[in-house]
Amino acid sequence: MDNDGTLFSSGVLTEGLIREMRPPESLWKDKKGGLAVVECPQRIPCDPCASNCPAGAIKPFADINDTPVIDHSRCTGCAICAAACPGLACFVIDLTFSHDKALFKLPYELLPVPSRGDAVDCLGRTGEVLASGRVEAVTEPKRDRTRVIHVSAPKDLADHIRAVRAVKRDV
Amino acid sequence: MREFTTDILVIGGGAAGLSAAAEAASAGAGVIIAESDLHLGGQLVKQTHKFFGSRDEYAGTRGYKIAGILMAELDEKGKNALSMTSTTVTGYYPEDGMFTAMRGEESYIGIRAQRCVVASGAQERIIPFVNNDIPGVYGAGAVQTLMNLYGVRPGNRALMIGAGNIGLIVSYQLMQAGVEVAAVAEAMPKVGGYWVHAAKIRRLGVPILLRHSIKEALGERAVEGAVIAELDDKFAPTGAEKRIECDIICLAVGLSPTTEILSHAGCRMSYVPQLCGFAPLRDRTMRTSNPSFWCAGDASGIEEASAAMIEGRIAGLCAARSLGFDADMEKLDEYWSRLDHLRAGEAGEKIRAGIAKVLRGRWED
Ligand SMILES: Cc1cc2nc3c(=O)[nH]c(=O)nc-3n(C[C@H](O)[C@H](O)[C@H](O)COP(=O)(O)OP(=O)(O)OC[C@H]3O[C@@H](n4cnc5c(N)ncnc54)[C@H](O)[C@@H]3O)c2cc1C
Repeated sequence: MDNDGTLFSSGVLTEGLIREMRPPESLWKDKKGGLAVVECPQRIPCDPCASNCPAGAIKPFADINDTPVIDHSRCTGCAICAAACPGLACFVIDLTFSHDKALFKLPYELLPVPSRGDAVDCLGRTGEVLASGRVEAVTEPKRDRTRVIHVSAPKDLADHIRAVRAVKRDV
Repeated sequence: MREFTTDILVIGGGAAGLSAAAEAASAGAGVIIAESDLHLGGQLVKQTHKFFGSRDEYAGTRGYKIAGILMAELDEKGKNALSMTSTTVTGYYPEDGMFTAMRGEESYIGIRAQRCVVASGAQERIIPFVNNDIPGVYGAGAVQTLMNLYGVRPGNRALMIGAGNIGLIVSYQLMQAGVEVAAVAEAMPKVGGYWVHAAKIRRLGVPILLRHSIKEALGERAVEGAVIAELDDKFAPTGAEKRIECDIICLAVGLSPTTEILSHAGCRMSYVPQLCGFAPLRDRTMRTSNPSFWCAGDASGIEEASAAMIEGRIAGLCAARSLGFDADMEKLDEYWSRLDHLRAGEAGEKIRAGIAKVLRGRWED
């Protein structure tokens, strides 16, 4: 029953849009620090991604209802957008982490907050567990309790991993 | 009955009321804010998520922090403003310009005011289904209050009815409070709230069941589950049903403006579906057809805190001006341009259509 249209209508990005929102391969492949991927396909009155971007990579909006337009050549991968976006729709993905792993910088507002070295479940757009990842760093760029979790996970899932879930540890 | 006298009475201390009071008081008017609740802030105090909108309306800031910013502004500029909490305005007696209010549980007071800004917000709606009166069936706003204001986890596993922004955001906040969300059921063929809010909970594994509504709450003395039904294009049940395991059911099926005081004051009202109920006719200064009354925020039509704050500023400014205070009327155009910006996009289409139905030219004096 779940065709692309109904999936999109319930908040899941479709293949076509995933491709469209992907940074250009040539810039992305070797970009240390990674590039921002912003999954915000609907015009809504909201602009913190652009007004917070310190590099001017997310271009200022002419109309507050604009969807984000990114100049990937200016993006530094700082992930301030990931921390600032009220919709948790900004992610940074660094493909240079290792030969088979990418570093995903993902917004996180749940408890418990995982720590460096923890294993976490890496989730896709419908919450499916795609892989186990390792937390490399936890930052709080805006000091406002939205964490950005840096997690290393298989590089071939760069287009799919968009959230993490803390795994209960046996004590 | 103890009596108070002021220039402007602001009914409701939410986003709209606080903004109206700050604006009117900084123009020099004496203001009393009457707020039913134990504290000021209205809906904002329980909103732990970051707001949308533009920087001027504190986008990217969490709702409860915005309440703090507005209260600080009132403290600073509002030397002439007196806030009364636990104070519910119950009536208006035009013959002597007197409002009655209940203070606490026991006492009544009178407030004599020349002008009134009604910023009384909204009420949650409920829909009919079997057993909708058993414990465990909540308004989504009530659940949000329990969790975010009082630190009470309302249950273990929730079914959310309605995928508008409130249903989507409260689902997320339930998860933040450690409550599992079994599903969000939505009668329409697509989510009504912002797509990104839906994506955020989908990513955490919450199914959003489009074209579904609740048929029945299960349980004798408290919710032990629910039956949801699939709907066809005409919103009629197809016969396909599903049992959902849950111990709370949250209804996020819309809000209606709280307008009793406006009706009481004889303000001309109109039923406007896009504004979610009866809404007062108003001019660009937010003045109603009763020249002593202004309206602002959700009480004037369901919208957002961002718009409520601007409407509050307009109402406060213009109510003060009407009493001869030195209000800078140039701000009116700036406020309107901010409102127009917020309402400009597709997301504002409904609100624009609603406002068009209630906006009048200047009232005759
Ligand atoms: C879950 C949720 C999420 C939301 N998210 C956003 C968002 O991200 N961005 C955004 O811009 N908006 C958001 N909103 C909407 C926003 O909260 C409201 O639009 C805004 O609070 C309206 O402000 P208001 O001052 O008109 O009403 P309220 O905040 O409701 O304040 C009205 C006040 O009036 C008081 N009152 C009522 N009657 C009386 C009376 N007779 N006497 C005295 N006091 C009275 C009430 O107690 C209340 O405190 C959200 C709302 C909800 C429920």
